[in-house]
Amino acid sequence: MRALARRLGVYLLAAWVAITVSFLLPRVVPGNPVAGAIARAQSSGICNSICVRAIEDQLGFNVHTSLWVQYVQYLGNLVHGNLGFSWSENAQVSSLIVSYLPWTLGLLGVATILSFIAGTLIGVVLAWRRGAFTDWLLPAATFFQSIPYFFLALVLVLIFGETGSLLKWFPSLYGYDIYGVNPGMNLPYIASIIGHAVLPALTVILASMGGFILAMRNQMVTTMDEDYVLVARAKGLRTGKVVWYAARNALLPCVSNFSVAISLVVAGQILVEIVFNYPGIGYHLYSALGALDYTLVQGIFVVITLVVLAANLIADVIYVMIDPRARQDA
Amino acid sequence: MTINTTILSEQSPAAAAVVSTSRALRLPRSPKVIAGLVILAVFAVIAIIGAWIAPYSPNLTNESWVQHVLVAGTGPGTHIKADYYPLPLPPSGAHWLGTTVLAQDVWSQLLVSTQATVAVGLLAAAISTVLSIIVGVTAGYLGGGADEGLSLLGNVFLAIPGLPLLIVLADYVPAAGTSIFLVSLIIAITAWAYSSRVLRAQTLSLRNRDFVEAARVSGEGRFRIIVVEVLPNLIPIVAASFLFTTLYAIGAYVAISFLGLAGSPTSSPPGLWNWGEMLRETFANDAVRGGWWWWWAPPGLCIALLGTGLALLNFGIDEFINPRLRVAGLSRKAARTLGISRRPKLGLTPVVRRKVVSPTVTSPGSSTS
Amino acid sequence: MSTPVVSDLSSPGPPVAPRDVAEGADPVLEIRGLCVEYGFGDDAVHAVSDCDLSLGRGRVLGLAGESGSGKSTLAMAAIRLLRSPGVITAGEVLFHSRSAADGEPAPTLDLLAAGEEELRAVRWSEIAIVLQSALNALNPVSTIGAQFDELLATHRPGLGRASRRDRAGDLLELVGMTADRLRSYPHEMSGGMRQRAMIAMALALDPQVMILDEPTTALDVVTQREILEELMGLRDRLGFAALFITHDLSLLVEFADDIAVMYAGRLMERAPAASLFRAPRLPYTYGLLHCFPPMHGERYRMEGIPGSPPDMRDLPPGCAFHPRCQWAMPRCRQDVPKLEPLAESRREVACWLHRDDATAPAELTLPDPAVAQPRTAPVIDASAGRAV
Repeated sequence: MRALARRLGVYLLAAWVAITVSFLLPRVVPGNPVAGAIARAQSSGICNSICVRAIEDQLGFNVHTSLWVQYVQYLGNLVHGNLGFSWSENAQVSSLIVSYLPWTLGLLGVATILSFIAGTLIGVVLAWRRGAFTDWLLPAATFFQSIPYFFLALVLVLIFGETGSLLKWFPSLYGYDIYGVNPGMNLPYIASIIGHAVLPALTVILASMGGFILAMRNQMVTTMDEDYVLVARAKGLRTGKVVWYAARNALLPCVSNFSVAISLVVAGQILVEIVFNYPGIGYHLYSALGALDYTLVQGIFVVITLVVLAANLIADVIYVMIDPRARQDA
Repeated sequence: MTINTTILSEQSPAAAAVVSTSRALRLPRSPKVIAGLVILAVFAVIAIIGAWIAPYSPNLTNESWVQHVLVAGTGPGTHIKADYYPLPLPPSGAHWLGTTVLAQDVWSQLLVSTQATVAVGLLAAAISTVLSIIVGVTAGYLGGGADEGLSLLGNVFLAIPGLPLLIVLADYVPAAGTSIFLVSLIIAITAWAYSSRVLRAQTLSLRNRDFVEAARVSGEGRFRIIVVEVLPNLIPIVAASFLFTTLYAIGAYVAISFLGLAGSPTSSPPGLWNWGEMLRETFANDAVRGGWWWWWAPPGLCIALLGTGLALLNFGIDEFINPRLRVAGLSRKAARTLGISRRPKLGLTPVVRRKVVSPTVTSPGSSTS
Repeated sequence: MSTPVVSDLSSPGPPVAPRDVAEGADPVLEIRGLCVEYGFGDDAVHAVSDCDLSLGRGRVLGLAGESGSGKSTLAMAAIRLLRSPGVITAGEVLFHSRSAADGEPAPTLDLLAAGEEELRAVRWSEIAIVLQSALNALNPVSTIGAQFDELLATHRPGLGRASRRDRAGDLLELVGMTADRLRSYPHEMSGGMRQRAMIAMALALDPQVMILDEPTTALDVVTQREILEELMGLRDRLGFAALFITHDLSLLVEFADDIAVMYAGRLMERAPAASLFRAPRLPYTYGLLHCFPPMHGERYRMEGIPGSPPDMRDLPPGCAFHPRCQWAMPRCRQDVPKLEPLAESRREVACWLHRDDATAPAELTLPDPAVAQPRTAPVIDASAGRAV
């Protein structure tokens, strides 16, 4: 358990850093951010007195306590789940985030898991069956990996989306049919959610799979040079078993590199949600940025960080479960 | 990016010999690398001369560059004053990539935007690479408490998701979008940790090699050993992580521009024209729904193409670092003429009979002394 | 006729070939004219050229040579396990199987002409390998027990789970380990223990041939000796033939019946172990035996071999060894000598000094020891005669 405890320590520290950054940034940025922010907000014509107050509070303006006292207060609020008040949405940030989070987690979870599984399988096949197949699939994977998520989203909307101009197969706006169905535990609502998730999920899967394919393929090629894979052949094991020998071992570094991947996928999903007006955390981050609702932006930043750290911890636990060597050290 | 430096096993020294002949020539010879270099060269040239060869200023608007369409239910025959909405023009001789709904020339915008996009990518990668060398190599070489501390710092930065941090940073530094350096610096802060981890691992393995040990025993200073003995051996890995970070930095810059955090070229202070900004405008004006592909497709394809170029070059370096990733053995032509797979199956060595072998009859004949 | 799925480990296996039968009289594995190249076309490297080698049933054949001489390549290619870019360009490898039940000869199989399934059937059940490092050869993510289990389940489908476990336990005990090690992962064991486990695994299906590729090189001298002595004891009981590849000539003198010496991808000398050691006929073998000082017995003058191993991409014409040979003649620079039998003995040598009118120097014409000494005799200290 020692290795896991160490990782947990790193994540706690990372969470603290993220929280502190989001506390300090508005308070140490040079100039008079309040005036600037209010001016910017008013120029877009939506900053009322609540808005001004909120910006002042947020930026630590007109607050006659020391930075340290503010910090302690901020941390105290955070522990109680109080992330402040969003003036643009006129609600508690924490309750807003709770309502956004299921959309994001659902989409992110399903898409990432599908993408990881599919990418890993394709990577295994590419490494094992080298030949003409790889000659075009590898560059294709590279190309897909290089396309920005939101651009791919636009392309998919164009081809498959109802708001696009070609096939119009799938809905391409919002998380469900906001005019046609009533939210709740009813079949039309659930079906509508699934239908609306197809294109965003497909975007995330297609854009992230290239990375998983390449990572697994490279690990697999390296692993296939190990003696135990050759010995598996020498043992006369069936081909499937030999591939499993290599794949099982090649998977380990891929899982341990998952933290890098998940950061990129989360970044991509934020943009994808914006394109699809998907009611998750990324889309609302975008609208909060537009409304200069700093409280909401920071709340979302802190929560996204915590979600990513939790995903990392899960990946670490899985790693310890599948690598007997790590289990021993752990 | 894989970091294994492979020592070929004793089993196949002749294979090592084959590899080493082609090793020096391998990087420029691989078709992947050539394709990558060509793509990068084209974009590099455009980044330099783009602003000069652009037919128009990217900000220039001209009333005649859009088609004015009468809004239904207005104008003659109704009681409402005639109202028009603009429709961008598709590609033509005058506008190679058509125009935007704001009556601007897309081709000019694309050319001018190349510069900031490429510059931010390279500059951010350079800053990030320097940071990662400082942290990673120091941690790997010094070990002990310094390593613990620096690795922890790296792991913390690696765990915090990059784009959200970038968004928060850019949000509070509104001037970022007006300066290539500022935006590069912010991106570099979120990008250095991965390279640093890779470099640390490699430095750790170099630290105990004989030549480093020898330098240490002969009393050379730490700094000198790092610069003279360790760094040169890290060059392929530094190069790979530089390319990887450039790719990431371009993606990050485009993303924050798309989010409107890097400033618009028409706002004050003006932001820089870049492909992300172009995409933001197409998205804000619903170009996809409008079917104005000439507006929204080119910047996206440019990003993907530039990214592919970087990744292809990275393939070459990866294969240089880790020879196992290389297509080993036969050229495609040779394999085809022999009728065998180019990359034979593991554990099934191909048999290619070139000579006619007569069964060896052990004849104690002619050569008895 | 039913084949027993498990042989009784305590009873002697198939009849062991009598010691004094000449090697090659009853071969179990015959390599003929094997050529192996790395790469193909103009820049191919000829790693193994035209090798003939036959392994007698129940005998131990040592294959010695420096790193890069092609000894492992030869062995791995013979069983089609050589990795890319290795390509076999000529030859045949005949496996003369013999039914485990009644010792009757089974049809001969040319491994180089065999298909994937034919090979799979022979692999491990008839021809097993033990590689240098068992840490690399054992799957790091499965327990030893699981690795035994899948092996037995694949090749002995008639065996139940419990019998497989018992068999695996018996095998571990055979190599001096306890059955509770089945639950261990490779990384939880010492190097010597892992190699024992690997040997036990190699024995699991009663193979007729074992290929030992530097099986003890990664171990310390004491463990190395223990394991080799045990292995040879098992050979006497179970009757498998072994191709023992090593760069350590002194080990072969002690543990092999016959020794073949390779240089630059060619077999250069082959003789009964004691003959080769006491009275080498090849200048290269002579050099190998004299490059380390013996710790006991008569004092040799330390000579070693001048020069360095050849560049396989650019072999000298004629005999590949001639640039380093103190007795090289003009002919050696032009013609490649073939491995051919010497008159009046059971040995073969590829050297022009022993051909036609040439007069071999006195060092290479020492009298042949009459009879092969029993293998258990302390012929030489383990540290002597190491080629590399």
